[in-house]
Amino acid sequence: MSHSTPALTEADRLMTVCNSCRYCEGLCAVFPAMELKRSFSDGDLNHLANLCHNCGACYHDCQFTPPHEFAVNVPGTLAQVRAESYAHYAWPKAARPLFARHGTALAIGMTLVTALFILGFVAANEPGALLTAHLDDARFYALLPHEAMVALFGAAFLWMLLAVFMGARAFWRDTGTPQTELRDHTQATLDAARLRYLDGGGMGCFNEDDQPTDRRRLWHHFTFYGFLLCLGATSLATVYHYVFGWEAPYTWHSGPALLGIAGGIGLVIGPLGLLSAKRARMQELGAVGFRGMEVGFILMLLITGASGLALRVLGETALLGPLLALHLGAVLTFFLSMPYGKFVHGLYRYLALSRHARDMRVALAPKR
Amino acid sequence: MAVWDVLVAGGGNAALCAAIAARRAGRSVLVLEKAPKFYRGGNTRHTRNMRCAHDTATGTLTGPYTGDEFMEDLLRVTSGNTDEALSRMMIDRSYEMLDWIQQQGVRFQPSLGGTLSLGRTNSFFLGGGRSMLNALYRTAEGLGVEIRYEHEVTEVEIDGPSFRAATVTTPAGPTRIEARSLVAASGGFQADIDWLKQGWGDRAENFLIRGTPYNKGSLTRALIDSGVRQIGDATQCHAVAIDARAPQFDGGIITRLDCVVFGIVVNKHAKRFYDEGEDIWPKRYAIWGRLVADQPDQIAWILFDAPNLEKFMPSLFPPIEAGSIAELAEKLSLDPAQLVETVETFNASVVGGRPFNHVEPDGNRTEGLTPEKSNWAQRIETAPFYAYPVRPGITFTYLGVRVDDRARMVMQDGQPAENMFAAGEIMAGNVLGQGYAAGIGMTIGAVFGRLAGQGAAAHVS
Repeated sequence: MSHSTPALTEADRLMTVCNSCRYCEGLCAVFPAMELKRSFSDGDLNHLANLCHNCGACYHDCQFTPPHEFAVNVPGTLAQVRAESYAHYAWPKAARPLFARHGTALAIGMTLVTALFILGFVAANEPGALLTAHLDDARFYALLPHEAMVALFGAAFLWMLLAVFMGARAFWRDTGTPQTELRDHTQATLDAARLRYLDGGGMGCFNEDDQPTDRRRLWHHFTFYGFLLCLGATSLATVYHYVFGWEAPYTWHSGPALLGIAGGIGLVIGPLGLLSAKRARMQELGAVGFRGMEVGFILMLLITGASGLALRVLGETALLGPLLALHLGAVLTFFLSMPYGKFVHGLYRYLALSRHARDMRVALAPKR
Repeated sequence: MAVWDVLVAGGGNAALCAAIAARRAGRSVLVLEKAPKFYRGGNTRHTRNMRCAHDTATGTLTGPYTGDEFMEDLLRVTSGNTDEALSRMMIDRSYEMLDWIQQQGVRFQPSLGGTLSLGRTNSFFLGGGRSMLNALYRTAEGLGVEIRYEHEVTEVEIDGPSFRAATVTTPAGPTRIEARSLVAASGGFQADIDWLKQGWGDRAENFLIRGTPYNKGSLTRALIDSGVRQIGDATQCHAVAIDARAPQFDGGIITRLDCVVFGIVVNKHAKRFYDEGEDIWPKRYAIWGRLVADQPDQIAWILFDAPNLEKFMPSLFPPIEAGSIAELAEKLSLDPAQLVETVETFNASVVGGRPFNHVEPDGNRTEGLTPEKSNWAQRIETAPFYAYPVRPGITFTYLGVRVDDRARMVMQDGQPAENMFAAGEIMAGNVLGQGYAAGIGMTIGAVFGRLAGQGAAAHVS
């Protein structure tokens, strides 16, 4: 079968090798999924690539990795296919080049958006308000009224949802629009929530060398659950505001604040761990040309988490205004960049796990 | 270290089991592996399971496989050509090997897709042989075993029944290493084509070697030349028919072909030469290497038709495809008229009539054909037609050193060596006079390796 990119062509070659061997089938979901097929479309390969959690076990377990002439590097090749798949399915098409230049785009976006917030705060209020907002009862709403904040972030959020949905739909269609059932999604949710396949089949994952000492699963849990807690904080605050009429600022022991603090801590520890793991990582296991996207995503999460925590700690000082600009700048940049960067990995991986749950269920069902 | 307690030559399963056992007994252990790190471990890299006796099903084994049944299988595949006492001892010790090897960090999984027939008897390594090997190396290094790559033992200094020192070729030149005991676990000599030719003649030129090019048997040669008794002859080995397009070395598992039973096998004269339906895969898997080796130019082709294409495990190279038998013959450079006649004669002889079942002998046979096909005979009639070219693929050789039931080498005069032990392929010929049963090479390596390590450690104390 011919393929649209060199990475997909290489992935197809490797699947032929791996399907003839199958020694790795106990390591993760990718190899059992591969065994269900003998030929692979682009969509199948993108499915397998997004099913791969890059634990690295098969690289060290394979008797045919370089320097062997068969040059089998499944995690590296699937990482390339996966990164390219994010761009391939992105909506609108015009945004696709953003993936390869994601780091630069983020840096420019972050600077611009934060600067605009600062300018906006200064222009819309009395001179000096930027540094005196902490003295105002309304705190940050003194700089940016609640309605304006909701309008701005609501719009960005909706755009993000739309773009991410369109990308996910394209991915799902390309993998054949599998007829999944609720139980498949339950399975996929459990698999994703536990990072079931980021454990090298039980032996542990690999990062910087051939020792299974990797801790990315832990760092990812900090990051992912930190992110969820922050989302929970915002959602709860929205309920407080609209349902109960309790307006921010909230005291540190209120629900939204506690969730936000816990989430913020996760979003600092997790990304720091992931960044350090990424720096030490064996080059062979990663994609080429997407470093900005990968590092940028983690950095955005880190800046969002750290600036949020800083706002909580320093919200009663003159730094409130500048920190607010930084935090809102980070969140807005994050929202806008979500459909065009590493964020989509979570969604595509979840969809791949759903299809996998369905495929295995059907394959293992008793034949009539 | 001026004098090591235990010197282990080799870096595969047998060597590491010996090194770990000796190190756990408190000895200083040096492992010398000829290959660079990536290619360490010889054929262990390419293995996937180990055959051990067990009385009950386990989490990864589907049912019991007693020592008696294991022994029966061994006697059958070797046609009784084995040292029965030694094999019985190995089988008895294989019971506890399942636990012991897992205590060294090795992990098992249920049998792989496409190998269901081995799910009861053989324990499969999670992640395959290289993963298993990596686990053993991690354990050995964690215990303080020293490992040196690109170090090949080429000569041994033996004083009567006692080992004194070894001459070792290293990247920095030759060196001499003294040790109080030696474990030879350096594999077979299958990568030394000249040595193979001593048994096989020029036929060996057409053999493919399934493992690394490093297994040349220099230590085997040195030991035999220094007074250790030889076992086996140069023609005995584990040989299967593999894809003729495989590289000369290290093609491993992915070049094997499991499809003999689905069609017919012809030689370069486009004629059949053996009963393709004699027994089920994998029981007769290991005879086809030798059968092809006996054909002119050591090449043959497996022929089958469209409905069978996806009935067996896929392999690395695609089959050669054609719309007719004559066209297929052209592509294979065979005589079209002869191949058409061979296929037509075969088709006309198929009795068939029973449901086709490749898992067990199904009684679909030919009648009035020489050689007959006694099971799974089905007409080759639906285009497109396919062929895989096959050549003998040598896994490992059986000629090696004689050992006793403590894994000690036996000297020319019949006396056991004082401090020299052997494990793995280098002494596999003690158990395997001929033939093979899947996973038994790893059993030989692990059981005799552990025994050799224990013996070497005990000798030093």
